[in-house]
Amino acid sequence: MEPYLFYVMAATSVVAALYLIFEKNPVFCALYLVFSFINIAVLYVLLEAQFIAAVQVIVYTGAIMVLFLFVIMLLMVDVKKKQKDDLPFQRIPAMVMGFVLLVVMGLAIKSKLFQGREGEYTSAKVESIGHTQLIGKLLFTDYLLPFEMTSILLFVAVIGAIILAKRKV
Amino acid sequence: MDKELFVFLIIASVKIFIVFNVVQVMVIAMIWFERKIMAHMQVRLGPMRVGFHGLLQPIADGIKLLFKEDIIPAKAEKILFVLAPVMTLVPALCTFAVIPFGEAINIFGYHIDMVITDINVGILYILAVSSMGIYGIVMAGWSSNNKYSLLGGIRSSAQMISYELTIGLSLIGVIMMTGSLSMVDIVNAQSKMWNLVLQPLGFIIYAISAIAEVNRCPFDIPEAETELVAGYHTEYSSMKFSMFFMAEYANMITVSAIAVTFFFGGWHGPYLPGVVWFMLKLSFCLFGFIWLRSTFPRLRYDQLMHFGWKILLPLSLFNILITGLIMVVRGL
Repeated sequence: MEPYLFYVMAATSVVAALYLIFEKNPVFCALYLVFSFINIAVLYVLLEAQFIAAVQVIVYTGAIMVLFLFVIMLLMVDVKKKQKDDLPFQRIPAMVMGFVLLVVMGLAIKSKLFQGREGEYTSAKVESIGHTQLIGKLLFTDYLLPFEMTSILLFVAVIGAIILAKRKV
Repeated sequence: MDKELFVFLIIASVKIFIVFNVVQVMVIAMIWFERKIMAHMQVRLGPMRVGFHGLLQPIADGIKLLFKEDIIPAKAEKILFVLAPVMTLVPALCTFAVIPFGEAINIFGYHIDMVITDINVGILYILAVSSMGIYGIVMAGWSSNNKYSLLGGIRSSAQMISYELTIGLSLIGVIMMTGSLSMVDIVNAQSKMWNLVLQPLGFIIYAISAIAEVNRCPFDIPEAETELVAGYHTEYSSMKFSMFFMAEYANMITVSAIAVTFFFGGWHGPYLPGVVWFMLKLSFCLFGFIWLRSTFPRLRYDQLMHFGWKILLPLSLFNILITGLIMVVRGL
């Protein structure tokens, strides 16, 4: 049953992403992105990564996208007005680069070049120990330095945001 | 279909059916209790006409709402306007899936846990699903195309995001002591002593943020009648309005159930069966909500944000620090 669930969820998330690109109304765009995020969370559950799935929903859909919606609603972008393309000369290069990206992704999926060897933490092992416990242990032992550095980076970003916002007051 | 899967499906469906309906009935009962208790606290009688002491009042209200005209404003964003009440109610009801409400029993040789499903990230599931409820409120506020609705929706989502943070952090103390995110493990860890004794600060922070999270008095700023008419559901009528109403009560029951599970020992208790204890503790928490509503005046918006970010957040971090320190010292 799991493969079918994967195909359904993958397809809906891709369709939602396409709607996100082609939709004119920014509020609907944000909601399609939310829908796509939730589908991706289900894919994480299928990969035995329940913790990541929950955090994906809490952080991305529950917090970040709400703030996005907030900003869009407060700015009240006028949807009816026809949006002018400010950068027409970018169109053809963008198409070419998009096509190149598609080809590279196709090759990456086909070839064995990008397929790493099986790591220490297989699906069965994750299931036996517990995904949350494994992540916690690894984050605070092997990956402590990157983890702490990320937290410092976020902290700096918060302080920067406060300074930038307070400047005019 | 093999037999085991069939039995599993039957048991799961029955459990979902029972829990879903009990929650619905509790919502209806809560409406009557709230009106009655508030009335008696203010030396009034409350609803008396419909049935014995107004017992049938919620049903009369429900029928009235059902037959009211369903108005969709002309300039509203129709799809989102219709979808918003559903988006508020569904997450509120989904959270009950992981809350354990009694000890396991054996019927006809089958072992049945008194919880719909025990997943190993139980509390994260609840936080994730309940964070989806914000979308309903934001969508309702925006799609109504009404400035009071929009302001109410924005206030409400800002409040919910701020207090969701402190809810999560206040529960971490308990999670640290239990060493598990599963709700069943957390209840089992409290068979000897309630977490309320071990985590008093955590409970106080949780209680305050939970009230703010469900937009109840004294934190019901999103629907401050004097400033915002009725907040995000100003334009709603009929069944759509009643869905918002139900979602609010369902959310109250959810946060109370989390409080019971995390701090009051879940379904553990002497003499009486687990389910009865769970319901008793839950009713006590819900009574607290009504009590607070009839006691405190509403806070101002800036006071609320100030309190959340500058007092509760540092306090909850302090609680985590102290819990960790004690665990290290005692060598747990």
